[in-house]
Amino acid sequence: MTIEQTEQQIIEEFSIFEDWLDKYNYLIECGKDVPLIDARYKTNNYLISGCQSRVWLHADFIDGKVYFTADSDAVITKGIIYLLIRVLSGRRPDEIIGASLAFLEVIGLKEHLSPTRSNGLLSMVKQMKLYAQVFKLKMSN
Amino acid sequence: METLPAFRAETIRNDFPALHQKVYNKPLVYLDNAATTQKPSVVIQRLSDYYANENCNIHRGVHYLSQQATAAFEQARAVTARFIGAQKAHEVIFTKGTTESINLMADSLGRLLMKNGGSVLITGMEHHANLIPWQQLCLQHQGKLLVTRLNEKGEIDLDHFAELLKQGPVIAAFAHISNALGTISPVAEMIRLAHDAGVPVLIDGAQSIAHCPVDVTELDCDFFVFSGHKVYAPMGVGVLYGKEEWLLKMPPYQFGGEMVDQVSFEKTSFNDLPFKFEAGTPNVGAVLGLETALNYLNRIGVAAVGAYEHSLIEHALAKLSAIDGLRVVGQAAQRASVISFLIGDSHPYDGGTLLDKMGFAVRTGHHCAQPVMDIFGVPGTIRASIAMYNTFDEVDRLCEAVQRCATMLT
Ligand SMILES: Cc1ncc(COP(=O)(O)O)c(C=O)c1O
Repeated sequence: MTIEQTEQQIIEEFSIFEDWLDKYNYLIECGKDVPLIDARYKTNNYLISGCQSRVWLHADFIDGKVYFTADSDAVITKGIIYLLIRVLSGRRPDEIIGASLAFLEVIGLKEHLSPTRSNGLLSMVKQMKLYAQVFKLKMSN
Repeated sequence: METLPAFRAETIRNDFPALHQKVYNKPLVYLDNAATTQKPSVVIQRLSDYYANENCNIHRGVHYLSQQATAAFEQARAVTARFIGAQKAHEVIFTKGTTESINLMADSLGRLLMKNGGSVLITGMEHHANLIPWQQLCLQHQGKLLVTRLNEKGEIDLDHFAELLKQGPVIAAFAHISNALGTISPVAEMIRLAHDAGVPVLIDGAQSIAHCPVDVTELDCDFFVFSGHKVYAPMGVGVLYGKEEWLLKMPPYQFGGEMVDQVSFEKTSFNDLPFKFEAGTPNVGAVLGLETALNYLNRIGVAAVGAYEHSLIEHALAKLSAIDGLRVVGQAAQRASVISFLIGDSHPYDGGTLLDKMGFAVRTGHHCAQPVMDIFGVPGTIRASIAMYNTFDEVDRLCEAVQRCATMLT
């Protein structure tokens, strides 16, 4: 599945919710499936400080693909992390770097990536792309 | 609902246009009043009138408009002085807000009194605005910031306060009402203790000015500061009340126009009070708006507001506490204005996000009082803060919404 196909799949999953409360309930459920960051990485070195909620992110590079693990202390943040990882994990660096993540707008969760939210998610996306950049460099060396 | 007969929040609401709107297609329930209050139409109209008809720089013109604006500005000062029970209008200095008032104090009183190794006394529940200016003053003088302990309910430990006074701080500065916990501190008692120890007192009234009657003469505090925008007035105006005897001794804070008497290239002699502390063009419109807001509040009566809000807070506390897993952070016996809480073990960001989606304007985070959050061992809280236009019905709806959040989050 391509990034676009995964995004489309998520859009369809969310399209069945008419009430936003149901949508958030689903999001919270999603958060439980985040591939959790190994306890030894859940340190300040891997912390993306967002002031309100905290996010930890780690990445592995295996056979040319990037695999993310993460965690957060807020469950709504965690639900969105799940979606981001589902879309971006197991991809080649170039795919990650080029991803627009437009699906978040379609499913009405884009506000969580706004800089004023200070929940760490915007920085998390930047950090995911940064990992991809670094791995890409490593590959070409 | 059990509304006090003499007090009709439902009627008062009609004076506030911003309250009558929908967010996410739901009626807005505005419970972020500790951050800023909404403005009544009379205040909005006053600003508009000023800019439409009266706008002029004050104090330096002989022409008609300037004289009118100057007279209005000075009348606003007199109204403000009366509102807080000050004896003399020139004991009221207009600033940008609480933050600027306290920075002025730390700078000016600091230069007057602070010596190397000196100290300043605050408490463990101060807003950063009443913490950082004093902390920096202490750092500049290799001095010590003395911090009064809180008990487990989030109340001042008066014995500790008295103990710290013995170290001879240059000033004791503390909040009347805590913006993070809602604790009302026993300021009269604290002022007495401080004065017995020969220590002047500054009261941060940012959270009390709209919620209880303030009489600086009766309190006998040396300084009292607040922000207009938290008492139904425009943003951009605040007050520093200081006893004349102190203000006369204190050096100016900022230098520039208006605050001078005679200027040559060699020296300057400074203007009298209050102008000595009001360098540059003030926010005239906001000052006039403040006067209008205080007159408006006076017509309703701050004491009546306080009594109504007290019953509203008690009602909210009782209902919220009944929700399974809900934890009220700060259990002071005397409280007003704000309720800080957590839903089970969930992060305040989650509850705040869900409440926002249901139309409730509450605040999440540390409320510019990080050390308070550390004392309670929480990353932050959800804070609902009320004003005189909030109703029992709104509080009931909040509690239902919080109950829904609890079901989703725990
Ligand atoms: C207790 C207290 N002190 C000071 C301030 C700072 O006020 P301002 O931002 O208006 O200067 C606030 C505002 O939240 C406050 O609640």
